[in-house]
Amino acid sequence: MTTAITGEIFDIKKYAIHDGPGIRTTVFFKGCPLSCWWCHNPESLSMTTHRLYRPERCIGCRECVTACPNDAILEFEGKLQWTAADCRYCETCAHVCPAEAVEFIGRTMTLDEVVAEITKDTLFYDQSSGGVTISGGEPLMQPIFLMQLLDACGQLRIHRTLDTSGHADTQTVLKIAARTDLFLYDLKHMDPEKHYRYTGVSNETILTNLQQLSRQGARIIIRFPVIPGINTDKENIDRTGALASSLPGVIGINILPYHGTAEAKYRNLGLKNHATDIERPSGDVIASIARQLESYDLEVKIGG
Amino acid sequence: MTPRVAKLRQESFEALPSISIERAVLVTQFYKNNYGKYSIPVLRALNFKNICEKKTIYVGKNELIVGERGPYPKAVSTFPELTCHTVDDLQILNSRAMTRYAVSDEDIEIYKKEIIPYWQGRTLRERVFSQVPQEWQAAYAAGMFTEFMEQRAPGHTALDGIIYEKGMLDFKAEIAESIARLDYLNDPQAADKGEELAAMDISCDAIIIFAERHAELADKMAQKETDSARKAELAQIALTCRRVPAQAPRNFQEALQMYWFVHLGTITELNGWDAMSPGHLDQHLYPFYQKGLADGNLDRKKANELLACFWIKVNNQPAPPKIGVTALESGTYNDFTNINIGGLLQDGSDGVNEVSYIMLEVMDEIHLLQPQANVQISHKTPDRFLKEACRVIRKGYGYPSVFNTDEVIMEQMRTGKTIEDARQGGCSGCIETGSFGKEAYILTGYLNVPKILELALNNGRDPITRQQIGPQTGEPTKFDNFDDLYAAFNRQLQYITDLKIRVNNYIERMYANYAPAPFLSVVISDCIANGQDYYNGGPRYNTNYIQCCGIGTVTDSLSAIKKHVFEEKSLPMGQLLSALKNNFKGQEPMRLRLINKTPFYGNDDDYADTIMQRVYNSLFAVIDGKPNTKNSSYHLNMLSTTCHIYFGKKLDASANGRLATLPISDGTSPSQGADRNGPTAVIKSLGKMDQIKSGGTLLNQRFLPDVLDGEEGIENLSHLIRTYFKLNGHHIQFNIVDSQTLRKAQNAPDEYRDLLVRVAGYSDYFIDLDEYHQEEIIARTEQGSF
Repeated sequence: MTTAITGEIFDIKKYAIHDGPGIRTTVFFKGCPLSCWWCHNPESLSMTTHRLYRPERCIGCRECVTACPNDAILEFEGKLQWTAADCRYCETCAHVCPAEAVEFIGRTMTLDEVVAEITKDTLFYDQSSGGVTISGGEPLMQPIFLMQLLDACGQLRIHRTLDTSGHADTQTVLKIAARTDLFLYDLKHMDPEKHYRYTGVSNETILTNLQQLSRQGARIIIRFPVIPGINTDKENIDRTGALASSLPGVIGINILPYHGTAEAKYRNLGLKNHATDIERPSGDVIASIARQLESYDLEVKIGG
Repeated sequence: MTPRVAKLRQESFEALPSISIERAVLVTQFYKNNYGKYSIPVLRALNFKNICEKKTIYVGKNELIVGERGPYPKAVSTFPELTCHTVDDLQILNSRAMTRYAVSDEDIEIYKKEIIPYWQGRTLRERVFSQVPQEWQAAYAAGMFTEFMEQRAPGHTALDGIIYEKGMLDFKAEIAESIARLDYLNDPQAADKGEELAAMDISCDAIIIFAERHAELADKMAQKETDSARKAELAQIALTCRRVPAQAPRNFQEALQMYWFVHLGTITELNGWDAMSPGHLDQHLYPFYQKGLADGNLDRKKANELLACFWIKVNNQPAPPKIGVTALESGTYNDFTNINIGGLLQDGSDGVNEVSYIMLEVMDEIHLLQPQANVQISHKTPDRFLKEACRVIRKGYGYPSVFNTDEVIMEQMRTGKTIEDARQGGCSGCIETGSFGKEAYILTGYLNVPKILELALNNGRDPITRQQIGPQTGEPTKFDNFDDLYAAFNRQLQYITDLKIRVNNYIERMYANYAPAPFLSVVISDCIANGQDYYNGGPRYNTNYIQCCGIGTVTDSLSAIKKHVFEEKSLPMGQLLSALKNNFKGQEPMRLRLINKTPFYGNDDDYADTIMQRVYNSLFAVIDGKPNTKNSSYHLNMLSTTCHIYFGKKLDASANGRLATLPISDGTSPSQGADRNGPTAVIKSLGKMDQIKSGGTLLNQRFLPDVLDGEEGIENLSHLIRTYFKLNGHHIQFNIVDSQTLRKAQNAPDEYRDLLVRVAGYSDYFIDLDEYHQEEIIARTEQGSF
């Protein structure tokens, strides 16, 4: 008997219409080698399960306190206190909570389970020339599961899009490329030092992989997150545009305006948010960046 | 929009609905002088003629299409012969905050002195209620069902193309032939048929007189008119009114005016539900449009203007004011005229033409409450047309609604219609399927399906009135398993639908005998040939529908009981029943567990969806094929209109966590907030319902405008629709929400769980966003809304 291959998944979203062509299902892989300041999915960063507590949903029934086999949840001065060190992540508290105030982010799923979820919407993909998008986190952190999932979808003739930071071993990236119909490829900053400072890694591997992919004939849409004060200077945009237009595999560029949307998520996860003082870009800023990039003869789209 | 249309639109928008007692006065005088002198059909026809001869005629400044039911726009007639409003009713109508109808003190005085005294004890409604059995009255009072015919005539009528080929004089010739064919020797009904045909003949004269009076008024106005352009228009109006409806129309304006006179005739003769609809108006008008272009007397702009004038005419006719339960379940000015656009031609080819596109433009420009319009989408419909419709949907008016023509045809084929008649059919009212111009498809009332489960959970007693309404099907605490409960539910369902059908069949005879509709019968195929009234089996097809409400609520409630009570055994039946009785007081954890830990319908989850299928099949089994009194039968319909709100008020808390008095689910949509996996999952769940066995289902979907942004938003919306239709979906409509709704969503997040919003590079559920981002999205929407 063989052990079924599994992946760490933190969400599967249907009717995803901004993650590639048509109507899609997006599978979010857990774990990311980057830690971008502006990350709006902080629960995706770690490979391990996160416990998310939403105090605004809690009705104070205390059923979790009673049910926890490890005494990791205690009542203290009328408030619930959860101690990470005592928690075994058995998820009992989430099962008993009637109000869905507790949620464990991240789920070990078998290939069959993920494929079953994806194929539920096959008719919609057929109608709209849509398909599946693998996102994260960084899907390339789980290369074996990713490859099997892409193969399974390929056998079902489902269009496959991979949303990636590109930060992974080049040989792995090229193997994946043979199984991917479209890349959504992030270019967060052209300057290696700044890239390191704001994302925790240098961009050298990312840029190399992008060039390799293009050379190998991959179809790529560049995604440029607009983070005011960090990557919106003229020089960075010029360098981004110049690179993108030099690569034959790049078929377009998406501008993704930063939305300061994740504050509550950081709070409920107990994580630190670096981006508290980053402002949302104005419509004028977005339009001017779009114009600047268009001058490089690129198909520019605002939003995904 | 031309300046003329802009003015007419503004006037129509601003006019306050009022009650005109003119018809009531005329009818009362007529009945006083004539009741007993004639057969009932002839009496009704002469009554109609009397109104056509005497009612105040209105030709508005700037109008091109003329005629009103009342003496001026938005003045609504009453129908005391069916239901006579009391002084209290009129005062409430005049003073209530919602859907007010203005009525003057003098008119109330006339009602009190002349109208009410005559009709007391004589109205059809009083006669119905004096005859129906006590057990029906108790079930009706408990809110098990409603009864459509208790104060409005049976309706749901739409026309085919016959009135564009034949005028009233042609119909009169046919009537004469039919009279000549009567066989008094062998046909025991020949005398009745003779009376009915004589009544039809009088009705044709009546509507010709009505039109002639408009011509005379237009002539008079033309004489006084100083503006030469308007003078010419009035002359044209007079000419048109002398041509139609006596003879078949020859051009675009005459065609619209022809329909409008027939429409007014129908809603003056009686107050049938859903007024009247023109059916496939774009198909009917297209030959006139082509001819006008060829002759050079019409262009696209003129056609647009004439259609806009027609649209405004429909908006000028609010629904007749209701009373009692019917006012509760249908508190709207909308009289549900619904225009079909697109679809297929009788020969099966695509029916979309240039007039279809002009109508979408008019709908967008006029966007008033009425008329409703829908697009009929078949596999042959061009994507361009569907996308144009989606662009109007995106504006957030809630229309056009979208129908699956292929499905609508299959539904009709299943019940035995010819393919040609089915293709000429479509949807009127809200979503009701019928063969236009050839069928009486009568809605008989809504059925409160969650209330039927409530009976099963209370051994046949209504927990609110404490009356024994249904049979004793056992104490639920003694049920061993889910099938025991389901069997009890099914027995209650059988009993209640039988009770409803029994009484319906009785009321149906009352209308056939005492309130026939000879004018309407003229324009519905086979009534003349059969010599029988529209209400008496005259039309080619005669369907009765029972509209089953709350399949989402009942499915979710059954799913909750199955899982928590019988499978996991984590919730004893006794505890659940007492929580339901006490509206979950002190039981919030239980209520939330039922909401959050139960598989619900609308999530592409077979656990819930198989329960939905079981309920649907049970509804079908107890309704479909039951005989009506017109040699035809009852069929299932899944419409709720706004009745799910009234039914909710009649219900204690339900096992899906719904609190007492809150609405039940609407149409065939999932329960409010139950669908948490997006629109594709909703569509998949709905696709598991064998909708061909119904006469219509209804799916509401709510989107934020942002989700439909750009060309891609339109593309994806059209893909959603096409995919639903591949799954044999009957109908889908979209609410594109505004910030007011988003505010409500903030205050009552559980009711808005399914509200999708565009966040950054993806879409998410509004209530799952933090408060800051919710505010940001509200600000965004506001910016986009003007």
